[in-house]
Amino acid sequence: MLEIGLSHYLILASILFTIGIFGIFLNRKNVIIILMSIELILLSVNVNFVAFSSYLGDIFGQVFALFILTVAAGEAAIGLAILVVYFRNRGNISVENINAMKG
Amino acid sequence: MYVAAIFLPLVGSLVAGLLAFVNHASAQYEGRKTKSRIDLIVQIVTCGLMLLAAVAAILVLFTVVVYGQDPSLELFTWVESSSLKFSWALRGDILSVLMVSMVTVVSSMIHVYSVGYMAHDKSIPRFMSYLSLFTFFMLMLVSSDNLVQMFFGWEGVGLASYLLIGFWHDRASANAAAIKAFVVNRIGDFGFALGIFAVFFLFDSVSFDVIFRLAEEKSAVTISMFSHDFHALTIICLLLFIGAMGKSAQLGLHVWLPDAMEGPTPVSALIHAATMVTAGIFMVARLSPLFEYSETALAVVTLVGASTAIFAATVACVQNDIKRVIAYSTCSQLGYMFFALGVSAYSAGMFHLITHAFFKSLLFLGAGSVIHAMSDEQDMRKMGGLFKLIPVTYVFMLIGSLALSGIWPFSGYFSKDIILEATWAANTGVGQYAFWLGIAAAFLTGFYSWRLIILTFHGATHADETTLAHVNESPRIMILPLCFLALGALFVGVFSSDYFVGEYAVEFWKNSIFVLDSHRALNNAHLVPIWVKVLPLCVGVAGITLAYLMYLFAPGLPGALSSGFQLTHEFLLNKWYFDELYDKIFVKPAFSLGRSLWKAIDGLLIDGVGPDGIAAAVRIIARRAGAIQSGYLYHYAFAMLLGVAALITWFLVRGYN
Amino acid sequence: MIFLALAFYMFAFIAVVGAIVVISTRNPVHSVLFLILVFFNSAGLFVLLGAEFLAMILVVVYVGAVAVLFMFVVMMLDVSITEVRDGFLHYLPLGALIGFILVMELGVIAGGWTFAPDVERNFIAQPMGSTVTNTEAMGNIIYTHYAYYFQTAGFILLVAMIGAIVLTHRTRTGVLKQNVGDQLARNPSNTIEIKKISSGSGV
Repeated sequence: MLEIGLSHYLILASILFTIGIFGIFLNRKNVIIILMSIELILLSVNVNFVAFSSYLGDIFGQVFALFILTVAAGEAAIGLAILVVYFRNRGNISVENINAMKG
Repeated sequence: MYVAAIFLPLVGSLVAGLLAFVNHASAQYEGRKTKSRIDLIVQIVTCGLMLLAAVAAILVLFTVVVYGQDPSLELFTWVESSSLKFSWALRGDILSVLMVSMVTVVSSMIHVYSVGYMAHDKSIPRFMSYLSLFTFFMLMLVSSDNLVQMFFGWEGVGLASYLLIGFWHDRASANAAAIKAFVVNRIGDFGFALGIFAVFFLFDSVSFDVIFRLAEEKSAVTISMFSHDFHALTIICLLLFIGAMGKSAQLGLHVWLPDAMEGPTPVSALIHAATMVTAGIFMVARLSPLFEYSETALAVVTLVGASTAIFAATVACVQNDIKRVIAYSTCSQLGYMFFALGVSAYSAGMFHLITHAFFKSLLFLGAGSVIHAMSDEQDMRKMGGLFKLIPVTYVFMLIGSLALSGIWPFSGYFSKDIILEATWAANTGVGQYAFWLGIAAAFLTGFYSWRLIILTFHGATHADETTLAHVNESPRIMILPLCFLALGALFVGVFSSDYFVGEYAVEFWKNSIFVLDSHRALNNAHLVPIWVKVLPLCVGVAGITLAYLMYLFAPGLPGALSSGFQLTHEFLLNKWYFDELYDKIFVKPAFSLGRSLWKAIDGLLIDGVGPDGIAAAVRIIARRAGAIQSGYLYHYAFAMLLGVAALITWFLVRGYN
Repeated sequence: MIFLALAFYMFAFIAVVGAIVVISTRNPVHSVLFLILVFFNSAGLFVLLGAEFLAMILVVVYVGAVAVLFMFVVMMLDVSITEVRDGFLHYLPLGALIGFILVMELGVIAGGWTFAPDVERNFIAQPMGSTVTNTEAMGNIIYTHYAYYFQTAGFILLVAMIGAIVLTHRTRTGVLKQNVGDQLARNPSNTIEIKKISSGSGV
């Protein structure tokens, strides 16, 4: 309990991951929450990578976490750009109105 | 030559049938000229082949009677399956050859008559084809060597009868009558089929030679059914007799015969006077070796026959349609033949069959002439006073009626008399029952025959002006067959009674009919008291006299009687309410059962669970499945999450293999 | 050691609580702010793990750029404070169940990790010896062994930038813009018209 080991970090990462997943489908409010949940997920993955890198003595975990950070930033940018254009066309960003692919 | 006599009608039927299709096709494209040419070809071909067959049959008869030859021959094997063996074979004993001759002769006369009667019909080839087809089946029936071939002919004549009764198929009543005939016949056929199965079960064969040979040994065998022992041959004979009842319109299964008058008149003459209805009589006579060993079956035959005779005669007295009177008369005469068979006087029954064929078809064809002359009017109440306008027809009808009523020296006298003498001489209870009912029926026969003659030809005319203006004698092509049949009605009785039932009878029939020594009805028939011999003639004349009295000298009397005895009149007019009874007991329940089976079980249950149900279920499932595509991203993400959770659970539980 | 545990639990607890608030609050501005809180605490966790370079990068990039970007968009789109819809509660039980199961499973997997039993409870602050700083250690690896990946990451960022511009670019009407090509293609023949006028009269 007091000895912080690898498993602590991993459990933390999984909790953050689950909260991010929750954010995607529990929200009805707006699309920005979805994008933020995705950031949470990526963050949890980063924690995972860094924890393992620390325990295995392999720096590559952190290198990869850096790359993940890069991609997350790029994806957030693109996602928000799309959101802005969507808002211009629709006038609102309520998740419930995005059902044009209904089958 | 025997083969020719039997198969030429089939050839004629096939040719006519094919040409019927040509006619149908050409009617759309080329019009009247081709049609009339084809009609002519068909008529010539079928009548020609039929006449050739008749000539061949007479020649065969001649060789059999005079030279004692046996024209039997086997054509080829039909079924050979362990102990069940039978083949297509033609039996050539005198019973078969006699029937073949009668059928071909009468049928060829009717073919010739139809050329004139149906001259303005729109489907002549079809008609001639059906007539020839029917003749072929009948010939197959009477010349068969085993029960299955006889059944083939039996079913075939039923089919041809259906086709011919419903010939004018645009009339709803004709279609209904055809179905009625076929269904009622079917009931009889079912009994017949059961009889054949029972025969095979008992004798291990269906061939006549084998059966007749083994009949005596098996005469005492009993079958146990439903924990009771029954005499096997009685059961068999009763089942086979049910078939005969259906085909020959005996009481109980008679309801189709009057409705069968919906067909054209030549059809009535051929099928319902001379040939199909006599198939039952022929069958019982052919199976005499079996019937002789079952007293019960013979008694049943006698009772049914006698009851039918009196029943039909009473109904015929009040009918107003000319063809219906003759139809009921046929029914009654068939009853005569059956009770003759029932007292073991097989040859007397066959004798009456032959004479009846001639005079009944003469009567039907004559009635056809009358109808033709009266522009298709069939109700006797609208006729009258025609004997000056169509004298030739009148004479022929007179000859036929005299023969029917059993007046000497017409042929009916000889055959009817010997039958009644035989029933008296049988000295049994059923014989006495049959005798007295037969006498009563003879009285009524004379009465209704003359009622018909008087209402149609004598007295004041009730026809309207336009019909009267068109009344003229039938063309020669229709008169010629009438002549020929009249000759038969006049002379067959006188000249052949010795062969049938007289001195030469034993040589004539040889062993085609079997009579046990204990059944001496026919032998003793010649020894009956004088009053028995004379009584039928007397009551016949009495009937005729009564008809004259009621219809010519006191024309108001019938009307007064019918309104005085209203209930009886209604009862007789509605044929003893048999049709209504059957309708209530069998027809309506069958219809409602059929309808409920169709709507509820087939429609709702089977279609509902099967095709329709599956289709509807697919539609519903597809709609629900389609709802999964909600269009919402978070639904899809949730689905993915579920999938991830499931996969992880799966791997955790399974282990990391 | 105890300080380590205390720090860890504090950072972790606040991170988790912040994450929960991110997804559940009604005000989107609050969501972004709490997301920033989560990022800060994660940076703290990274420091505890000895990855200080990454922790700083997290603050600079994530908080300084991405979270600010989020804030920009939230402000720009003027997203109104919406009510909690009924659907939230409708899905919550099922979602909570699934989430709980997932966490438990991940925890089971994580807790049962037996890669190297003697290493499991050890916490190495400085991987690869303690002679170099974390930053230098990362630099030694990125620019040598993983140079191509580094370049690719650069390209990804470039593409993201171009993509963002292309997506949101719109042409406005009624705006005067220079078209250099047209400007340079002017010549006197299609611009100037010389009219001869006698002196004293107008045009």
